Amino acid sequence: MEQQTFLADKIRTQEYFLNMGPQHPATHGVMRMVLKLDGEIIRNIDPVLGYIHRSIEKMCEHDNYKQIIHLTDRLDYLSAHMNNEAVALLVEKASGIEVSDRIKVIRTMMSELTRIASHTLWWGVMGMDTGALTTFMYAFRDRELINDIMEETCGARLTMNYSVIGGVRYDLHENFVKRVKDFIVHFKKKLPEYDRLLSDNVIFRKRTEGIGYITKEEAIAFGLNGPTGRASGFACDIRKLKPYSAYDRVEFQEVMATEGDAFARYKVRILEMWESLRILEQLVDQIPEGEHRVKTKAVIKLPVGEYLQRVETARGDFGVYVISDGGSSPYRLKFRSPGFANLHGLNKMSIGYKIADLIVNFSTIDVVVPDMDR
Amino acid sequence: MTKSELKELIAPLSPNLNLVEEGSEFLIVEVQPSELHQVAKQLRDHSKLAFDYLFSLTGVDYGTELGVVYHLESTKTGAMISLKVKTADRENPNFDSVFDLWPAAEYNESEAYDFYGIRFNNHPNLRRLFMDEDWKGWPMRKDYSDDFNMLVR
Repeated sequence: MEQQTFLADKIRTQEYFLNMGPQHPATHGVMRMVLKLDGEIIRNIDPVLGYIHRSIEKMCEHDNYKQIIHLTDRLDYLSAHMNNEAVALLVEKASGIEVSDRIKVIRTMMSELTRIASHTLWWGVMGMDTGALTTFMYAFRDRELINDIMEETCGARLTMNYSVIGGVRYDLHENFVKRVKDFIVHFKKKLPEYDRLLSDNVIFRKRTEGIGYITKEEAIAFGLNGPTGRASGFACDIRKLKPYSAYDRVEFQEVMATEGDAFARYKVRILEMWESLRILEQLVDQIPEGEHRVKTKAVIKLPVGEYLQRVETARGDFGVYVISDGGSSPYRLKFRSPGFANLHGLNKMSIGYKIADLIVNFSTIDVVVPDMDR
Repeated sequence: MTKSELKELIAPLSPNLNLVEEGSEFLIVEVQPSELHQVAKQLRDHSKLAFDYLFSLTGVDYGTELGVVYHLESTKTGAMISLKVKTADRENPNFDSVFDLWPAAEYNESEAYDFYGIRFNNHPNLRRLFMDEDWKGWPMRKDYSDDFNMLVR
C-alpha cells in the first residue's frame, strides 16, 4: 500500500491579482486598485486612476482667469474654498492686486470652517471604514452646521465658488458671526464626544495602531504632505512655512506626530480641528471693516512668466502652477494635487499588511478621488 | 536662500546649465536632457542644497518643444527651484527617470507620459494612468485634436 501524505503539505500557494474598485465603497468614490496578493497579504498595489478624469487643466487653458476658479471647486470638493483661494491668490500676486484685511480674514475663516467640515466628514468615513457606522451620523450632524453657515454667506453648501480675484463674492451674512460663535461652542463639546466614541475604542485602536508605518525620510521622498506627512514628523504646513491671507496674524500650532502609523494620522486630524477652532476664535471677534471685493479689470492678463501659489487644504499642500504667455488665459496650468502626492505613500504603507489594513491606510491618507483625477 | 546664493551653489554642478533669475519667483535651472539625472542627483545629495522633496512634476508643451518642469524643495533650507528640461523631438521625446532619486516621481512621470507622450527611461512601470490604455494620441499637447470630446473656442 502506498504511503499516505498529509494533504496540506501538497497544497502550494501562489500570488494572485485581485481587482478592488472602482465602485467599491471603501475606495471613496471611483478609484480602482489592482492588488497583488499572497493569501491576504498585500505584495503590491497598482492604482488605476481616471474614472473621474475631466482634464480640468486642459479646460483651464481655454478659460480666462476668472472662469478658472469655479473649476477648482470640482477638484477636491471638500476643500473647495481653499482651492478657490489658491487661484485667486496666484492671480492677485501676479497682477499686483492688493486686498484688504477684511478679505484676508474672511478667507481665512472660511478656509478653517472648510477644514473642520472636511475633517469631520473624514472622521465619519474613517469610522465607517473600520466598521463603526455610528460615527458617520455624528459627523454629518456637526458638518451640517458648517454647511448652513456656508449656504447663508456663499449661497452654496459644498462647491462654494466664494473667492474671486480681488476678494470674495458676497459680503458676510449678518448672522455669520453669531452662527460661527454658536458653532465653536457646540463643536467644543462634540470633539471630546468624538474621542469617547471612536478614539479610545479598543477595536479601533487595534485596527490603527502600528499599521501603515512610514518614516519621516520616506514621507519626504514619497512626497507626502498635509496631515499624512505631519503624522510622520515632516513639518509641511504651508500655513506656517509660507503664510498667506491672515495666517501670519493668528496663533496656532502645527500639529505633528512622530509615530507615522495610521493612528498618528488619525490623531493629527483630530487635533487639527482643535487648532482650526482656535483660529476661528481669534478671528471671529475682530473681522475688520472694509470692502469685501476690490474692483478689478474685466479681463485680467498676467505678465509673461511663471507663477506658483501653494495653500494648505484639508488634504495638504495644494499648488497652482501657471505658465503665462501674457494672454487672458494660462498657457499651461498645473494643479499639484495633495491627494495624488499622498497616493505615492500608499504602497509603502500597505505592503506586508492585510487587505483590511489597506482600507485603514486608504482612509487615513484621506483620499478624495476627483482631487487625484483632476 | 536668495536666487543669487542658489545660483552660486548650482552653477558649478555642470558647465552646460542655464540659470535664469527673471520671469519666476524661483531660480530656473535649465538642464540638457543628457545631464538631467546626473544634475538631479547632485541637487539632491549636495550638502548645502539638499533638494529632497519633489514638490511637483509638470509636463509642458512649448509649441515646438516638449519639456518637463520639476519643482524641487529642500526641507532643510526651505529653498525651491524649478528644474527644466526640454527636447525638440516631438516624435519620440524621452528623458531619464528620476524615480530612483525621488520615489514621488512614479505616478507623476506616468501622468506626463499619459498626457504628453514623454517617455521616461528606467521608469519601473510607465503606463497610461488616467486615460484608457488604448487611447490614441497625447491629449494635453497643443496640437491634439478630438472632434468628439473637445470643446474648442
